[in-house]
This record gives sequence, structure tokens and C-alpha cells, in this order.
Amino acid sequence: MKPADLPALNIADLQSLLRRREVSPREALEALRVRVAAIEPQIDAYLSLDTEDALKQAETADVRLPLGGVPIAIKDVISVAGQPCTCASRILRNYIAPYDATVITKLKAAGAIPFGKTNMDEFAMGSSTENSSVKLTRNPWDRTRVPGGSSGGSAAAVAADLAFGALGTDTGGSIRQPAALTGVVGLKPTYGRVSRFGLVAFASSLDQAGPLTKSVRDAALIMNAIAGPDPCDSTCFDRAAPDYTAALGKEIRGMRLGVPKEYMLEGIDPQVKSAVDAAVRQFESLGAEIVDVSLPHTDDAIAVYYIIATAEASANLARFDGVRYGYRAADAKSMLDHYGRTRAEGFGAEVKRRIILGTYVLSSGYYDAYYLRAQKVRELIRQDFAQAFAKVDALISPTSPVPAFRIGERTSDPLQMYLADIFTNAGNLAGICGLSLPCGFAQIGDAKLPIGLQLVGPALDEERILQLAYAYEQSTEWHKHRPPSLLGAATESVAA
Amino acid sequence: MPATPDFDVAYVAKLARLNLSPAETALFQMQLGHVLEHADKLKEIDVTAVEASAHAIPMFNVFREDEPRAWFTAEQALQNAPVKANGLFVVTKVVE
Repeated sequence: MKPADLPALNIADLQSLLRRREVSPREALEALRVRVAAIEPQIDAYLSLDTEDALKQAETADVRLPLGGVPIAIKDVISVAGQPCTCASRILRNYIAPYDATVITKLKAAGAIPFGKTNMDEFAMGSSTENSSVKLTRNPWDRTRVPGGSSGGSAAAVAADLAFGALGTDTGGSIRQPAALTGVVGLKPTYGRVSRFGLVAFASSLDQAGPLTKSVRDAALIMNAIAGPDPCDSTCFDRAAPDYTAALGKEIRGMRLGVPKEYMLEGIDPQVKSAVDAAVRQFESLGAEIVDVSLPHTDDAIAVYYIIATAEASANLARFDGVRYGYRAADAKSMLDHYGRTRAEGFGAEVKRRIILGTYVLSSGYYDAYYLRAQKVRELIRQDFAQAFAKVDALISPTSPVPAFRIGERTSDPLQMYLADIFTNAGNLAGICGLSLPCGFAQIGDAKLPIGLQLVGPALDEERILQLAYAYEQSTEWHKHRPPSLLGAATESVAA
Repeated sequence: MPATPDFDVAYVAKLARLNLSPAETALFQMQLGHVLEHADKLKEIDVTAVEASAHAIPMFNVFREDEPRAWFTAEQALQNAPVKANGLFVVTKVVE
């Protein structure tokens, strides 16, 4: 295989070449580095690349390990020791992570090589990556459109073959929605299945890290590496994780899939709806039984989400005070002046908006009316899912009501942007697992835009949704489509 | 923002230790007023019999042995400090 063709491989295929010694980890990393150098200026998926350190790790990589020698891109909200961790924020512009997040420790133990920190909405707050304080990331399928967010850099990198696989985080849909908009696989694990130690916290009761990959099997391979107990995170399950590849390829005949009636109503792009309808029929033809279910509090999820997520964010972001790390405003006259200006100059508009909203809903006199009430409705949302899962094995829906939107199209109205997560954030509130995978394309003008199918499973049932996703993926051709060839990918620039 | 007459962005910004410009204050007042109006629909839901859930799934304490582990040196803890001197964080003066 020519070096220039290596970056298009998925993790499983790269691994077989590495294990047969047809390619060395150094050659794989070098091929990726060359592609990134050529294509990255058109996509802007990355915030930083530590090539030297990654090449050093490639020299000693043990390809027998589960992810031995495989480079993995990391969302810039996850700490990798010695590398920047900026959360795409001005306030952390010069911050270097002093330690590895547990997911990074586990990836490295599995032989993977963290390579590159990916762009994101500032502090993971957004659905388009337009809230990055550094730059816009472009959707490889149509560079006038957003890649989704907040893990938009990770998603675009995987879609454009600028990464073999990536880690993202998902607080309200931030893995699944960009996966849908860029045509890759994204898995948000059950809350507590993957350690949050070393992730910069946004909303602590909702945040989860998970994989963005080119295939369902790759998502399972990364989950095998990162899931499991962690003594450094008291919200992490203390039971060992299963082998997530074990159920891949097993028949899904007789499994019951629920279609939530509230998810297929107004506001869905007709091309998204027909692609998801076709996917439902495909599952039926694979022997799954389709059942209508109801999630009565679907309409309330966005409101509950934006109260709880902003409340937690306002508390978590209080740590950015310009004392121990991060940006500090110059020439402060007093401590209040120091805090007020440091945070005013360090945070971008969306982060400020959410701090204000979160502070308000937690403030004296409003706590009961907003925060406490939202926590109670959250319990009702959780019960909706519990009742649905008493009848079905998993739920099936669109991941996003619309395909990738244009850069700038939604930035002026925060509420419109928040509604982009309508099918995903209930899953975070309920703490359950969800996966997005490609299920077709929308043709809008000249652009062919990926459509994402979401499979949602009960807590700790990642195996089941991976099994279902794999059965669908292998019986369709969607995962074989690649973005239109990107300019500048001249193979002659790949000198061995 | 008629639904939330008490929502005062300028006051909340003081609580949050976040200086906002007059333009930001006016913009957030309008935008977040809409978000709070949207959130007001939660007031129509009967939650009298519902217990608030702090976590989505039952959570128990996770314990570990109380043994010393390798962790930051003072130098590592200070590596990202915006201003430091003599192995200490330098802060803005807090007493007169």
C-alpha cells in the first residue's frame, strides 16, 4: 500500500497491516502527518500537533497491544501531559496539561499514540464549533458548512482522513451530532462508563468522553481501551467493562427497536426523515421488530438541559480566576477588578451567556423555580426512557433534525442553536448510551450531506447498540462513501 | 422579556464576577430572556410527587486505599501560573 493511501484506513484495517509488519507505526504516523500538512489548511480540524513526541512513541510502539501503534486525535478538552489543553478558549491559550486524563492513560496503555488536539466549541459549549476562539472548522463534505459540535474538530478530522479515530466529549450531543453531520460513527457512553478524570469539566453530571471513528468496529475497539473503573473519578462505575467487539456480527433477529413518536414530527428535514424511515425498514428486513414508543417529556428536554448544564457550567467555570493558571488581566486595581476583567477578557460570548444563565438559575430566590424544578423534570425524562426500555432493546431516531447547516446560519439566535440538540440531550439527562452512524445523504444544491441515525440504549448496554449498529452498517453501503476529494491531496507530496 | 421581569443581567454578572460591556448586557438580556421564556414551560408540569434526581443512575461512593501516590511537585503545580515568584503564586493585592 502506498503511504498516501494509509490515512484513509480505519483503525481495524491499519492494525492488520501493522501486525503483519507491512507498515510500521512510524510509517503510519508519518503518512498521517503528511496528509495533515496537505489537507489541514482546508479543514482546520486541529489546534495543535505534537509530531515529535508522537514519532518518539511510534518508535517504541508494541503492535501486539489492542491499539498498538494507532494514532488517535484528542479533543482539546482532554488533558494529555505536556501538550496544550486550551478548550479553544482564550483563557487557557497558554495552558499546558501537567498530567494525562485517565482516558489518555488507558489509550496509551492499549498502545495508542495520542496525536493532535482537535478544535471545538469553547469549553464544549456549542453545536457547530463556531464558538472556538481560535478558528472555524469546516465540514469536509461542504466547506461552507459547519462540522457540528462541540467535537467538530474530532469529527472533521476523522471524516477527512486526518485521523484514524478520535476522542470527543458529549454533554448534550457533542459526539453524536458532529458525527452525524460529517458522516462518521460517534458513541456517547453511559454516564459513568468512562472516567472523566482529566477532562476539563463543563457539566459534571452530563459529560462523557467517547470515540469518533470511521466504523462501528473501531468505536468498539476504542471503547475497549477507555471504558472501565477509575479510582480518580468517584462517578465512574467500579465494574470492569465487557469486550465491546464480542457481539459484533451476531444476528439481531428478534431484537425490538422503538421509534419514539415524538421524534418524527415537525421540524425534521424531509430528506432526514426519509433516510431514517428507510433505516427503520432496513432493520426490519434484518429481523428486528419495530415498536412505536412514546417519550412524553421530549419537548421539555431542551429547557431542562439548558438549566442544568448552565448551572453546572457556572460552578465549574468559577475556577477560571486568573490565579493559578490561565489568562490574567493586566494591572488589576483590586481582586474584584482582577476577577471581573480576567473573565471578561478570557471567555467568549457563548461561555459568558451560559455563565450568566447558570448563575441566575442557581441564585437566591430562583433556585427552586428553575434548577430544582428542572432536576425533577429530569427524573420524569429518565422515567420516560425506563418505561420505553421495558418494551424495547433500543430506540431509533435521527441524530440531528437537519444535515450540516451553513457557517454563520445559526449564530445570531442561541435558542435556534440549542434546538440542534433536540434528539440527543435527553440521553445525557437520562445518563444512557447513544450512538450515531451514517444512514444516507441529503442533496442540497450541489452539496451531498451525510445524515446520521441515532441508536439509544439503556444504561451500560453499549454492547447492544454497537451490535445493532454493526448489523446495519454491514448491510448498507453508507460507510463506504467518502467526502469529495480535497484539493491539495497531491500524492506526489507524499515522499517516502 | 415579559416572562421574566426579575431577570437582571447586570446584577447576575456581578454575582458571576464577570464584567460585561453595555452592549453585551443588552444582548444577553434579550437572548437569555427568550431562553428563559422557553424554560417557563416547565412550570406547567406537575412535579409535586417527583423526587429530584441529582444523578441519572444510582451512584455510590467509590473508595480507594488511602495511600500516598506520586503527584505534582511544587514546580509542576506552578508551571501554568500567570505570575509566580519564590515558588509561590503571586496574586492581586487583597488587603489594604
